[in-house]
Amino acid sequence: MMENDKLVLGGHEFNSRFILGSGKYSLKLIEAAVQYAGAEIITCAVRRANTKEHENILDYIPKSATLLPNTSGARNADEAVRIARLARELGCGDFVKIEIMRDSKYLLPDNYETIKATEILAKEGFVVLPYMHADLNVARDLVNAGAAAVMPLAAPIGSNRGLSAKDFIQILIDEIELPIIVDAGIGKPSQACEAMEMGAAAVMANTALATAGDLPRMAAAFKSAIEAGRNAYLSGMGRVLVRGAAASDPLTGFLRD
Amino acid sequence: MSEKEYHDERYFIDSDTLSPEALERKHRIETDPSARSNHMEYMKGMEVIQSDIYGKVMSHVDSVDFSKYTARDVLAALDHHTCTVEDFKALLSPAAVPYLEKMAQKAKLETSKHFGNTVYFFTPLYIANYCENYCVYCGFNCYNKIKRMQLSMEQIEHEMKVIADSGMEEVLILTGESRAKSSVEYIGEACKIAHKYFRMVGVEVYPMNTDEYKYLHECGVDYVTVFQETYDKVRYEQLHLLGHKRIYPYRFDSQERALMGGMRGCGFSALLGLSDFRKDALASALHVFYLQKKYPHAEMSLSCPRLRPIVNNDKINPLDVHEKELCQVLCAYRIFMPFVGITVSSRESKEFRNGIVKIAATKVSAGVSTGVGDHEEKYKKDDGQVSKNSEVDESAGGDEQFEINDARSFNTMYKDISDEGLQPVLNDYLFV
Repeated sequence: MMENDKLVLGGHEFNSRFILGSGKYSLKLIEAAVQYAGAEIITCAVRRANTKEHENILDYIPKSATLLPNTSGARNADEAVRIARLARELGCGDFVKIEIMRDSKYLLPDNYETIKATEILAKEGFVVLPYMHADLNVARDLVNAGAAAVMPLAAPIGSNRGLSAKDFIQILIDEIELPIIVDAGIGKPSQACEAMEMGAAAVMANTALATAGDLPRMAAAFKSAIEAGRNAYLSGMGRVLVRGAAASDPLTGFLRD
Repeated sequence: MSEKEYHDERYFIDSDTLSPEALERKHRIETDPSARSNHMEYMKGMEVIQSDIYGKVMSHVDSVDFSKYTARDVLAALDHHTCTVEDFKALLSPAAVPYLEKMAQKAKLETSKHFGNTVYFFTPLYIANYCENYCVYCGFNCYNKIKRMQLSMEQIEHEMKVIADSGMEEVLILTGESRAKSSVEYIGEACKIAHKYFRMVGVEVYPMNTDEYKYLHECGVDYVTVFQETYDKVRYEQLHLLGHKRIYPYRFDSQERALMGGMRGCGFSALLGLSDFRKDALASALHVFYLQKKYPHAEMSLSCPRLRPIVNNDKINPLDVHEKELCQVLCAYRIFMPFVGITVSSRESKEFRNGIVKIAATKVSAGVSTGVGDHEEKYKKDDGQVSKNSEVDESAGGDEQFEINDARSFNTMYKDISDEGLQPVLNDYLFV
């Protein structure tokens, strides 16, 4: 419908605004998921890709897709940088999603280390997509560090709890010039749709699909929801009343000039 | 279970090769507590780290009364978004037994949220079975008449090559607990070789000091597993009669020393069947829980082994811990700590392992030998069905630590797990 509505990341254009995870379901389903999701960008943990010949996850990702290797497992900027460089050596391209966690329980991103890694990798020519907490100051630092987008988490990873950080993500959307890609915690297509209605540039999901009974069908549902939300956003949505009804006779109707 | 019901005499086997003096000493320490050393007192050379974890864990374990929990507590625990320590106790209690199916459903959901449908593979490699401890239930114990063996570096490299050629990318290196025979340097050199062949190298060896763990980390090790066996101090004393392993607190703090030494993660377990399994399960999980709070970056995993028969003693069994109880414990672990890895070893049957990976377990061993130096012999057969201890040429290597139950090869396991609709993962790791 919106032929000219492209997602632009580091100068690369994409038609799809659905970024698909790959690490939580059967490798044989990846191709179907990509197809039904209409996804053009697939994330993949470098630590999973760095494997020997036996069923390498990279072999299951369609060649037409842009690979977005992530640095999961990194505990600081230095480790993330090393993993990103390894991804490039493995032939994963120049895109990298920075994930730095110092907490094995909630897998929450370490914003400070993420900024440091972003700066180093952006200088090395990577298209850097940092996973982060929705914090405006950090987002601004990431812009200055050379990020290609900012990826705030909606809710704890794997939780399927939706837009828990909605108000803070909205601030990023309103204030940051880069694409805001909502990552982690999105559990349902309706939540993805809501994120897109808010003005998010794209949505990423993994667990929501992996835990679905029919993965390809859920991929298709997300595709529709993300497109619907994007179209709603671009259409300039009508106001939403928080409480009560609008007075049909305006209170200020008596004003003459 | 009362203390009398443990029937410890079932563990005691006399070897015909012991001298009368050795036999007399063995009997004395088995029957006379005053002949045994203080198991709470550190031995020379053992590092003391003054940790607060033990007190936190045992305050719960010592005070818990599982009989007080009711069906209502169990249902509330299943309903809560976050499982508290109290909820966890309810899930471990007898009141939860009728709700095992509901627990399994909740555990399955939590597992899938955090791990998707992935199942991680590893294989253990025993490089020596010499042991200086007398742990009465263990096949390696110093009084058990078994074929002892220690692999040379050439043999280790050969074994590792055989395992790596099968497709395995994670190895767990084990020894009996003998510093004299298997020095830290010997283990370190073995780990350096392992680092060449495998993406992930873990060790399950005798507890060490922080600087020794640091050295092993430099040799390529990133994961340390130490089983406390039982957290019950009284039972611990009755079961670990001689050797370094007798020192309860030094063993308890092993994982913390490993993390202080730079290890990325650590594994925990009680051996169910040695004492009150509910208390041991509670202690194991809380050990992880409190250490994770203190070292939030660390990756933690829990195992849940049950007692198995050993060479020269087929009477050893897990007592009151049947498969249903084991399943209850594993589901409770998963609901309480959705983020931890849960390993189910080849001590359990093929059927149990196929079922539990769909509920709570995230890691399984495959192509397992608990003997020393016999992987090539076993891997040649490769259908997993003919590789039990009794069918392997005894000259092939050192005797096994315990009898395994699920002898499936790597390829068979890979196919079976895939056929269950799950995704085997051989490597999820980078040594950085």
